[in-house]
Amino acid sequence: MRFSIYRYDPDKGDQPYMQDYDVALEPSDRMLLDALVRIKSVDDSLSLRRSCREGVCGSDAMNINGRNGLACITPVAGLREPVELRPLPGLPVIRDLIVDMTQFFQQYHSIKPYLINNDPPPETERLQSPAERAELDGVYECILCACCTTACPSFWWNPDKFVGPAGLLQAYRFLADSRDQAGAERLDNLEDPYRLFRCHSIMNCVDACPKGLNPTSAIGKIKDMMVKRTV
Amino acid sequence: MAIARRKFDAVIIGAGGAGMRAALQLSEAGLKVAVLSKVFPTRSHTVAAQGGIAAALGNVTEDNWHWHMYDTVKGSDYLGDQDAIEFMCRQANEVVYELEHFGMPFDRLENGKIYQRPFGGQSQNFGGAQATRSCAAADRTGHAMLHTLYQRNVRANTQFFIEWMGLDLIRDEQGDVLGVTALEMETGEVMVLQAKATLFATGGAGRIFHASTNAFINTGDGLGMAARAGIPLEDMEFWQFHPTGVYGVGVLISEAVRGEGGYLLNKDGERFMQRYAPHAKDLASRDVVSRALTTEIKEGRGCGKDADHLLLKLDHLGADVINMRLPGIREIAIKFAQVDPINEPIPVVPTAHYMMGGIPTNFHGQVVAPYKTGPEEVVQGFYAVGECACVSVHGANRLGTNSLLDIIVFGRAAGNRIIEDLKKNPHHKPLPADATDKVLARLARLENQKGGENVAQVGTALRKTMQAHCGVFRFADMLKQGVSRIGEVAERAAQTEIGDKSRVFNTARIEALELDNLVEVALATMVSAEARNESRGAHARDDFPQRDDDKWLKHTLYFSADRRLDYKPVRLKPLTVESFPPKPRVY
Repeated sequence: MRFSIYRYDPDKGDQPYMQDYDVALEPSDRMLLDALVRIKSVDDSLSLRRSCREGVCGSDAMNINGRNGLACITPVAGLREPVELRPLPGLPVIRDLIVDMTQFFQQYHSIKPYLINNDPPPETERLQSPAERAELDGVYECILCACCTTACPSFWWNPDKFVGPAGLLQAYRFLADSRDQAGAERLDNLEDPYRLFRCHSIMNCVDACPKGLNPTSAIGKIKDMMVKRTV
Repeated sequence: MAIARRKFDAVIIGAGGAGMRAALQLSEAGLKVAVLSKVFPTRSHTVAAQGGIAAALGNVTEDNWHWHMYDTVKGSDYLGDQDAIEFMCRQANEVVYELEHFGMPFDRLENGKIYQRPFGGQSQNFGGAQATRSCAAADRTGHAMLHTLYQRNVRANTQFFIEWMGLDLIRDEQGDVLGVTALEMETGEVMVLQAKATLFATGGAGRIFHASTNAFINTGDGLGMAARAGIPLEDMEFWQFHPTGVYGVGVLISEAVRGEGGYLLNKDGERFMQRYAPHAKDLASRDVVSRALTTEIKEGRGCGKDADHLLLKLDHLGADVINMRLPGIREIAIKFAQVDPINEPIPVVPTAHYMMGGIPTNFHGQVVAPYKTGPEEVVQGFYAVGECACVSVHGANRLGTNSLLDIIVFGRAAGNRIIEDLKKNPHHKPLPADATDKVLARLARLENQKGGENVAQVGTALRKTMQAHCGVFRFADMLKQGVSRIGEVAERAAQTEIGDKSRVFNTARIEALELDNLVEVALATMVSAEARNESRGAHARDDFPQRDDDKWLKHTLYFSADRRLDYKPVRLKPLTVESFPPKPRVY
């Protein structure tokens, strides 16, 4: 199978380039990550992040034939050849397929991604009805892989100012939690021309999410909350 | 070469559930703590835990911690230390409620309480009816827990060193631990992190096996570092093979599938677990179920054209239950087994999953080792929790959902203990002059090696040897051969060569250093397994099929320097309740 992979090593001082690989895959090499591990066993200089190899840790996000996805849950069968692999767009490249995710995590941290509840905790659990808990479904499952945020043109233009779909999805995760008491503060924190409102609902994020989540819908719900509290 | 040095009150290696629970305790107490992780914290392997965390909340069926303790002792095949088991089970409710207060999105019952489901080996009333004890967030409990702990650490301003790999422990002449050397992956720089307390929470090492549910990062780094520093490794012959890894791939299919009512079938469509565990059936302990699957395959009742796997049926649960309680399993089955479990059973085989052994500790998380006066002297300044530690609550076999409990209970306990210990020892001890000599020599060897073998090749040899020689059932001749084969692999690993010499994010170098750690774990496992002439929990010897309490009711200690074994007694005395004496273990 043929691959064309983005290579860049600042330690060598070269410009980035695309390197071609032609590799014979075994029948057990079903996913793109298996193929990359096989390539790496021959060329150990190819650098990428990977861990769980089952789509829950979010390490091996990359741009695969022009679309963001996780290598470990992308079947190789059916990929157009040569398979073109590039680092996630819009973030600085550290080396090869490894990007610097500092800005992505800064935006995540900026939404105060933790439950805020100032009541003294009860002896047992705080109660939450199944319906209230269901509000978190499709939201809490985010794996912070950055496929969505780095597929978003608004993030490409304003990565320092626009929270991005992943961060906003998590903002909604806490706004939607019946146990959280900081709703007003959370909305204030997003009431800004850039942080929330740079989202123009083009839905690249929904298309990119390897977990089938819908950040655009969550962003819409945050916008509704903003409107509701002003009227 | 001058090596940069930084000082902290505490350094934690590993940012999974155990490391982050400990970090939270320390950060909230105002200590200066550094948490190192090879990966961004939410990518740690806790994220892959599925089925739940055990706690006798009694939200669904009547329950209490003492019953949980009994199940854990029995599950451990009586090798677990009963003081530590009592400590863990007693604290379970409190730590689970605490996680809920931190914001963990548990599933809920109609009355608003935390959802609980049945799991293997859990009973009411000391071996009676099935208990419903596993607190769950769908089948993504580990993900929900790990993200919650990370979030809480963000709130507490914990200082993370992300994409840093611990290299070696620093000990002085008295044997006290004074910190670690570590490698910053992005720059390739080595740094000394000096600490009054060093806590290992480096997780498992399932990557010693060819077929494993474990992540790539699970390479036993903490065990390697400890072993090289002269700390023994305890009970390394006990590895859990999870009954249901996806056939041909190894990805985990949670026991929650059977907890929700799924069951196993052989090629005749028979629910074969009834023959092996008439009472608990598919919810017997994992070692029992894995042996049953292996036996079915060996006796020709496996499924598929090669009769080499079994089927896990859950379609009868219906689409609603599967989508609500097992959505992650459905996703995995569709992606990795190409079956939709709403319609079809999932092909499964027993797959290496969890290391019961590890760095020996007491229930405060302090590392203990034989030194002068006894087998369990505290190693000053050194702590270990989670899968890398052997406290030992799991003994010879861990119950499902007890691992998430283990990491939270002992992560918190170690954090508390460190806070106390630092009040008594508020100063850094001076570092020995040769603190970094060995690790720099190891790195220099790797940089300058010529004509050495490829790391991937040696790694494959290691994993295939472990798989063939140290699996679900173990045979005397295979183990003997295995010891010498793994010894050969160790020699090859000491001569590996990397082509990539870049300083920037050199993953070839990382993998070579990980291989050093895998070798330590594999050697400890094979040598310990070869010596234990009995069957207990997950260690099933073909030539010694019975448990032998007269000779073998004891913990193994493996010393890396001379590959020597020693033993120490099991702590049969709990903290406050009566001991559970060993008795035949039937499910």
